[in-house]
Amino acid sequence: MYGKGLIKGLGVTLKRFVNTYLDDLKWAGKRYYTQEGLAHRSSKDANGIFTVQYPEEKLPVPEEFRYVPFLVYDELEDGTHHNRCTACGICSKVCPPQCIWIERATDPKTGRPKQEPAAFSIDLDICMNCGLCAEYCPFDSIKMDHDYEIAGYGRTVHHLDELLKPASYYDEIRPLNSAREAAIRKEKEEAKAAKAAARAARAAKK
Amino acid sequence: MSDLDFTTRFPTGVVADERKGYEGYIVDADKLVEFATALRDEFGFDYLSSVTGVDYINEGKLEVVYHAYKTTGGAGLVFKTQVDREAAEVPSLYNIYPGADFQEREAWDLMGIKFTGHPDLRRILLWEGFEGHPLRKDWKEPYFEEDVKPFKSRWPEGDFHRAEDKNPYGANVQYPDKFDPEKWQPEGEDALYGSLAKYQTTDESGLVTDHITVNLGPQHPSTHGVFRIAAKLNGETIVNLKPVMGYLHRNHEKIGERNTYLQNMPFTDRLDYLSSMSNNFGYALAVEKLLKVEVPERAEYLRVIMAELTRIQNHLFAIGMFLNDLGAFFTPSLYAIEERELILDIFEMVSGSRMMCNYFRFGGVVRDLPEGALEKIKGLVLDRLPRKVDEMDRFLSENEILRSRTVGQGYLSAEDAIKYSAAGPMLRASGIPYDIRRADPYSIYDRFDFDVAVRYNGDIYDRYYIRLDEVRQSLRILEQAIKDIPEGEILSGKPQYTVRVPAGESYGRVEGPKGELGFYIVSDGKANPYRYHVRAPSFINLTAFGPMCVGLKVADVVAVLGSIDIVLGETDR
Ligand code: SF4
Ligand code: SF4
Repeated sequence: MYGKGLIKGLGVTLKRFVNTYLDDLKWAGKRYYTQEGLAHRSSKDANGIFTVQYPEEKLPVPEEFRYVPFLVYDELEDGTHHNRCTACGICSKVCPPQCIWIERATDPKTGRPKQEPAAFSIDLDICMNCGLCAEYCPFDSIKMDHDYEIAGYGRTVHHLDELLKPASYYDEIRPLNSAREAAIRKEKEEAKAAKAAARAARAAKK
Repeated sequence: MSDLDFTTRFPTGVVADERKGYEGYIVDADKLVEFATALRDEFGFDYLSSVTGVDYINEGKLEVVYHAYKTTGGAGLVFKTQVDREAAEVPSLYNIYPGADFQEREAWDLMGIKFTGHPDLRRILLWEGFEGHPLRKDWKEPYFEEDVKPFKSRWPEGDFHRAEDKNPYGANVQYPDKFDPEKWQPEGEDALYGSLAKYQTTDESGLVTDHITVNLGPQHPSTHGVFRIAAKLNGETIVNLKPVMGYLHRNHEKIGERNTYLQNMPFTDRLDYLSSMSNNFGYALAVEKLLKVEVPERAEYLRVIMAELTRIQNHLFAIGMFLNDLGAFFTPSLYAIEERELILDIFEMVSGSRMMCNYFRFGGVVRDLPEGALEKIKGLVLDRLPRKVDEMDRFLSENEILRSRTVGQGYLSAEDAIKYSAAGPMLRASGIPYDIRRADPYSIYDRFDFDVAVRYNGDIYDRYYIRLDEVRQSLRILEQAIKDIPEGEILSGKPQYTVRVPAGESYGRVEGPKGELGFYIVSDGKANPYRYHVRAPSFINLTAFGPMCVGLKVADVVAVLGSIDIVLGETDR
């Protein structure tokens, strides 16, 4: 019969329409603006329409989500900040669009290079959000941020003061990663300490 | 005489390519046409997949590289022709393999290789006033810094500045000889319109009708981006039609040759930006062939899972957008996009980004599945997606409007599909069961039980429907993959940001959602690829677009284009 396909198709749309309201009823108002509601709407069991009411509602981003890079500093016990970056330059070398600019500091007395950056700039308009810099930084210093609401009216270039964020922030956005990295760092340090101790013991024997 | 005994068949003019790391044959330019004819008619290589060039500037030579296949399956054959850089002329293979049409134009455009006998050798990606051929090794772009990355200005004295703050009219902007910008008049598009041929028709009553030229695009909702169709019409009927592209051209390949091997990985995401995982896959395969690294089992499974999820979400998107083109404005496409969003959620969880995944590394993948990801994939694959695909099918496939717009329209015969080097769903909807996952298996596809989707009518409807078939087959592969995925390593060796790739050439190809996606790489042993070429299915599939549209109405052109499924990021590169 001509038109059967049409009616069948319209049935699908109608079902979708009804389902949305059924789900609304089932969730008794909790379908929107709650964490569980959001989780349900982005799960395989979502029924009907599952639009998110951005910006009132925001989807939580997964831990691995990457937006733009930032630099991590440690807050030491004496209240000072320690920038993890050693200005080794690896991130600027792997960066595909070459948007990381690092000026290595020099010791004013000796004139020798120091292991810290004097200036660090990332042109975020050029950054392609690939995450390679964070992947290959050997000092867990450059990391990918979760904050995606950085649109501006001008050009966005982040220098050291905008880039640096505390380690506690990093722990908060990427808890699993930071715990894993801390464990590896600790292991390395212990191995180093053990080696140093062995060397000291040998020296003492002689 | 063995199957591939070319040197006996051609005692002169054809020699095996004996450079270290290279394979295939080198054919003299004056033997090329004869060789290609024999290849097609006697040796059964009926499908010319890729044509590109390499500039061996130190030897003063340009090399044209061809990859040919048999549509019955099996490994491919590569043959080359070398010509002098200064007088680069090669006979065109257009008459033997019409699929070479756009690719030869591209090689002319970017490399400056003249294909004699090509009926319409114009620039294709760059604009007609462009000076020079950018993929030649001595061509330098504006703001040129160094031949290869990393640039020395970034570290240790990285004094930040922007390229455009420098004088844009510096020494590396190239003009034609005696160019005077004040007096310059754009050429116009006579060559393009001329190539459409001008006709007049006289009907029975003696009425003379002029054909008119109509441009659809570059800004047109049906073109899925910036893409133009120059059409010659007789009334409302298409007499001839040529696609015009390159509006999104950024010379991906030149950028790729400046990049290190690893740096290219995230750039491949931006080719077909709907299926970055497949792009990663093809590129990783090509480099791994040269590196000869093994990929751990678990990583292989992860790759297959990601590639198949990519295929599903691409096809859903393609179907949705195709319905848009037919005029079913956004209801079907939003239904499709909903499912796609759930798949993108998985990509985001695993790779950190929904579309620009950058997930593959040479010898594996970047990270393992996070907790909960496998459950999510299982939920989708085993429960939700099969339901939703069936729903799509019920919703659309029997719909009378859809059927009357598509059944029997935009016909592409099996012979033409092969002739024009159409790939992927387009080739298979014309009755050629050619799927690289079966024909020349890569990764671990030989382990999975699935059918190559094929349909025989070659019309728009079949090109629509085959995508649903393929989604179902992908679901089958996924079911097996998530059942069998072993524990273990996901990357062989340590993560490395510089890879030393042994000298040689390699061609890695995968069955991308849009067709054969190939990466041709020449390494000279340095940290950057010497040549990096992408065989882009969206681009080559358009070769058949014109012939398919002849005789249709303007509205059907939109439907035909939608059924090809192009992404301009890949078409224009
Ligand atoms: S790789 Fe890490 S430590 Fe080295 S310069 Fe970059 S941010 Fe600093
Ligand atoms: S995310 Fe990628 S593009 Fe951006 S700064 Fe890091 S390496 Fe460069």
